[in-house]
Amino acid sequence: MKATTPYWMVWMATACAAGLATVVAAEDATTAKEQFIPLLVYRTGPYAPNGTPWANGKLDYLKLINARDGGVNGVKLTYEECETEYKTDRGVECYERLKGKGPTGAALFDPQSTGITFALTERAPVDKIPLITVGYGRSESQDGDVFMWNFPLLGTYWTASDVLMQHIAKKEGGFDKLKGKKIALVFHDSPFGREPIPMLEEGARTRGFELIKIPVTPPGVEQKSVWLQVRQQHPDYVFLWGWGVMNSTALKEAQATAFPRDHMLGVWWSGAEPDVKDVGEGAKGYSALTIQYGAGLSKVHQDIFKYVHDKGQGTGPREEVGTVLYNRGMLIQMLSVEAIRRAQERFGKGKPMTGEQVRWALENLNLDQKRLDALGFGEMLKPVRTSCVDHVGASYARIQTWDGRQWVAGELYEANQQIITPMARSAAEAYAASKKITPRTPQDCRA
Amino acid sequence: MLYRENGQFKTSYSADQQLLPIAQDRWLMIALVASSFIAVPLVASDYTLRALIIPFLILAIAAIGLNILVGYCGQISLGSAGLMGVGAYVAFNLTLRVPQLNFLLVLLLSGAGAALVGIAFGTPSLRIKGLYLAVATLAAQFFLDWAFVRVRWFTADSPSGSVSTNPIELLGWTLDRPVDKYLLVLGLVCLLTLAAKNLTRSHIGRAWMATRDMDVAAEIIGVRPLTAKLTAFAVSSFYAGVAGALWGFVHLGSWEPAAFGLVMSLNVLFMIIIGGLGSIIGSFFGAAFIVVLPVLLNRLPAAVGIDLSTAMRSHLESMIFGGLIVLFLAIEPLGLARLWAIGKQKLRVWPFPH
Repeated sequence: MKATTPYWMVWMATACAAGLATVVAAEDATTAKEQFIPLLVYRTGPYAPNGTPWANGKLDYLKLINARDGGVNGVKLTYEECETEYKTDRGVECYERLKGKGPTGAALFDPQSTGITFALTERAPVDKIPLITVGYGRSESQDGDVFMWNFPLLGTYWTASDVLMQHIAKKEGGFDKLKGKKIALVFHDSPFGREPIPMLEEGARTRGFELIKIPVTPPGVEQKSVWLQVRQQHPDYVFLWGWGVMNSTALKEAQATAFPRDHMLGVWWSGAEPDVKDVGEGAKGYSALTIQYGAGLSKVHQDIFKYVHDKGQGTGPREEVGTVLYNRGMLIQMLSVEAIRRAQERFGKGKPMTGEQVRWALENLNLDQKRLDALGFGEMLKPVRTSCVDHVGASYARIQTWDGRQWVAGELYEANQQIITPMARSAAEAYAASKKITPRTPQDCRA
Repeated sequence: MLYRENGQFKTSYSADQQLLPIAQDRWLMIALVASSFIAVPLVASDYTLRALIIPFLILAIAAIGLNILVGYCGQISLGSAGLMGVGAYVAFNLTLRVPQLNFLLVLLLSGAGAALVGIAFGTPSLRIKGLYLAVATLAAQFFLDWAFVRVRWFTADSPSGSVSTNPIELLGWTLDRPVDKYLLVLGLVCLLTLAAKNLTRSHIGRAWMATRDMDVAAEIIGVRPLTAKLTAFAVSSFYAGVAGALWGFVHLGSWEPAAFGLVMSLNVLFMIIIGGLGSIIGSFFGAAFIVVLPVLLNRLPAAVGIDLSTAMRSHLESMIFGGLIVLFLAIEPLGLARLWAIGKQKLRVWPFPH
């Protein structure tokens, strides 16, 4: 070994140590009238095409509230993004990084990933921070008696499965016509993709159709063998449970194997512009769910343009405003902001709220049509009302169809809670038993 | 100047053969261990413990395990994450089905379970070597991945394939604070490191190294390849199993089978290559490099007041991290441990060049 090497090595080590010290010493200055909202996002990696508009919608809505209303009753909303790359371990690191920021800590988390939600479900009760998982997360967490800190608002994968079954039953002319049909579930092989299986199995049992489960290894860029299986098995319908690049790949493969696209139905995470744009005409006729509202501009978008984009503050490109995932991001952030507002009504207007107070508000959310109209979401959302037991609030989903150039909104369905609630209850009870949690009684709830 | 061993005379064989023959090293090590046990819990924030130090320590155990196999015995393995998974699922099933078991016993058994699986997947090493063995262990990784997802018994019929654990209890001590978890992991790291260091200095370790350097010659001088290779697989898998159980129970708390996928295997392999093959301290350097550095790089722009977009920060993190890997391997292919050794040697002879 040459004698000269160590000098710049020492220099480099010093630089590293200095960097480390800076990172550790960096403390955020906090002032009282601020509410911190953590943003777990993924703007890089295989899920970035879908994660980016979602994150932009969330961020633009916060900017709108600050610019138009000066925050919530004078409490400015502060935020920080943390990149998870849709990876569970990085998501946990981000959660740990952001949970204590701001004068009262993080108000709530929207992990943007079912895998991260599973990991955080164990931590949230300890840290007393609620998780909102609009249209994703643990399906049984709709049961608020056991899952005090989880809020799968507006729908879970079980409501999505139920609505999809309702839709094909309607197409076929009644639930009795499903008997003997074959349905293939092409799913992202992760907790996200496996979540609908219990509900669909239940459907297969009661309605008499055959369920074929075909896993796709994440991220799902290679699906040749999957679609070969689809071709061999000849299902009547394919349910696509994908995210990110998996969706467009599946549609391209369906086109290559000539599986009829109008017999393919996607979950609400498989029905956005990035999923079909590249396939274009090839995806024509493909339908997917959307959480009540798909693409398009509504009243709130005028404010987004006026207060955010026209001021040069837009997070993403202007054309992105009004796309499916952008809208959903905005919707999610609206629910978060309204929860903070609701918490302030009870615990003190003009004060930053703690995670515990926001949790109470999420459980007592009541957005009626009048309130939604005032917020500019009147056309986008049906009234949402949560309670102690019901952490979903409203379980509607709309079918939308890709016509080759844009998503065309179709019929709105309501999930059958008579099937879902008991299933969620028994799954939640099993969870409670394994965790030794005592489910809350109605008395505990009012507190 | 400070680091000089003049005047330290060894008067017995045991003094000459002890773990740290230089007094300064001994003092440094005692100070390090003492400060880890006393100062770190007082100073470190919850974030530092939970997001940086605990994962670093756990993966250091895994890296030591793999280093025993790859660095000391010369058997390449790409299946370490699968074996960590075995440990995690054994621990999960034991705590679920036999809840009265002490957690330390659970850890021991998950290590033992992983060791058995490791021996089974290690038997091909008796016939195949080098890259071919790497491919065989890769098959083990894929098989284990598949088993955790498809065999419902492992995940206790969890519909999503994701399992979650209960808080760890040890003789009435509930480990729910990060500090408690840290102390448990640190204790285990100390024990396992000491055991590994001594194993590599014993006749077993010498048999491993002889096999690594030239297996035919080793056989001729009387080392049995069967025992040498299989003990390396067993010990290595034991470490992987314990690390996996800790990764699941202490770090993640809830995990999906993908947590023990090929990426994790490669990460552990990178740790020992960057840290230094055949070096215990190198396993720590490598684990720190792979676990802690990306997070620090991600936080650095904000900490020094540079306002970058989230995506840009993430891209920069990958670029700098990748660049550093290439840089360190180019400077010193033998790893960070070798740089450490060079640094120590320089200090010993300072101010003279040699």
